[in-house]
Amino acid sequence: MNLIEAFTWVLSHKSTFMIALNQHLWMCIVAMSIGAVIAIPLGFFVAHSRRASFIAINIVGAFRSIPSLAILSAALPFLGIGFLPSVVALIVLAVPPLLLNTVVGVAEVDATVTDAATGMGMSRLQIAMKIELPLALGPIISGVKIASIQVIGGAALASFVGGGGLGDFISTGIAIMDMPRLLVGAVPIALLAIAAEVGFSFLERRVSRRTVNLSGDQ
Amino acid sequence: MIELRNVTKIYSNVIRPAVDDISLQIETGTTVALIGPSGCGKTTTMRMINCLQVPTSGQILVNGQDVTKVDPQELRRSIGYVIQQVGLFPHMTIAQNVATVPRLLKHDPAKTRKRVAEMLELVGLDPDEMGPRLPQALSGGQRQRVGFARALAADPEVMLMDEPFGAIDPITRSKVQTEFKEILKKTNKTVVMVTHDLDEALKMGDRVAIMRDGKLLQYDAPLDILARPNSDFVADFLGTDRALKQLNLIQVRDRMTAAESTDFPPVSPDASLHFALSEILDKGVEGLIVRDGASDGPVLGYISRAAVLAPAGAA
Repeated sequence: MNLIEAFTWVLSHKSTFMIALNQHLWMCIVAMSIGAVIAIPLGFFVAHSRRASFIAINIVGAFRSIPSLAILSAALPFLGIGFLPSVVALIVLAVPPLLLNTVVGVAEVDATVTDAATGMGMSRLQIAMKIELPLALGPIISGVKIASIQVIGGAALASFVGGGGLGDFISTGIAIMDMPRLLVGAVPIALLAIAAEVGFSFLERRVSRRTVNLSGDQ
Repeated sequence: MIELRNVTKIYSNVIRPAVDDISLQIETGTTVALIGPSGCGKTTTMRMINCLQVPTSGQILVNGQDVTKVDPQELRRSIGYVIQQVGLFPHMTIAQNVATVPRLLKHDPAKTRKRVAEMLELVGLDPDEMGPRLPQALSGGQRQRVGFARALAADPEVMLMDEPFGAIDPITRSKVQTEFKEILKKTNKTVVMVTHDLDEALKMGDRVAIMRDGKLLQYDAPLDILARPNSDFVADFLGTDRALKQLNLIQVRDRMTAAESTDFPPVSPDASLHFALSEILDKGVEGLIVRDGASDGPVLGYISRAAVLAPAGAA
């Protein structure tokens, strides 16, 4: 019953809903993009040194262990309310899985393949772009999947610092004890997360088919 | 020509030099096999030639040019590189793999395509059938052929090969060795090959360099090394049957004399003395008639049991 009421609410408040949905998606996309720009190049940079990987993964992991709500509150005095602190908190969520999976993906590229590439005269950048990136793409996409699911869920908290998004419906729903209104926020968030899971899993399988490891089998 | 002048390599975490004051010259168009027990420095020696390792002291000259004074990427693009695990790029097709260095050198795409097809044919693979495949669809031997074609693609003067036959099963190995040797001769490559297989070194090398603990012990033609090992270690390394091994390296045509009778079993002039001796023992005869194309071709000469067994160096 609540679900039907929620649906009719959406139909009668289409523009309010679309604005919240857009805010939600926009926050996720900006946070994921910035997170990827930080984490993926960093992953390539540290992947060749076990010690550097360990340090980088643990530092971002430490940030990750701070509750998102605490980051939001801590960011408020510096970044004010609204979009910016929300995105910062989401980036902190997005970076660890992206970094970890990039490091694992690059480190798993067969060392003999990169040795052959070096020996044939490829530069460090050419090896990263032409060899390591395509071969590590499966794990990297898997990292994007994990990060995006966490970010989609985490973006609900933006409502607490005036960042808007689908979380607004959840907060309002709880505040006025309106279950259908709560579902207007919660159900689309769940559907987005499931869509990210399904979509990125499909993409991951597609690229992984091309990157079979050659060593060992004959 | 490749020249090593008093080359020493010391790795930062090891006291004993990996390569200890090695000097050797490799003439253009010849193949040198570096051989020795593991840890003897043979791979390090090879990897210093294309600057994958930098000598601690000494000089390495390729065609008179000090390899540490040129751009390492340009240097490597001008030197063919083959490794035991082949290292094919698993996400690229066979044709793309072979085109790697021509592409890095920004060669004309149409010319590169033609060149790739030629190279695949050269190593005995059908370009139309194999070109579009991914490496995972190939057998170990086929992959090593692709790795070899890839190293040859930009027509380098110098080839470095690190245990190139190590991952191939023994039956295919001998065939691939023979084919690669012919290709290297035909294309007049200067080759430095690392191996731990003595028979392979003797078969492939115009000269063999035996190394131990970073030092070069002996550097000679295979027959000279077998006939005159210069130390107990080299003699041990060659094995107690080194006199017999010489028979593999000499062809029947080198020992044949004029035929006086045709009343003996036939042998090809290209056969090894090892094979001839086996035939003589098997058929219980005193000698063999050398016939062009083995069984019933024109008579070229005669080889006696004594000629087969004559000491190396005696013609």
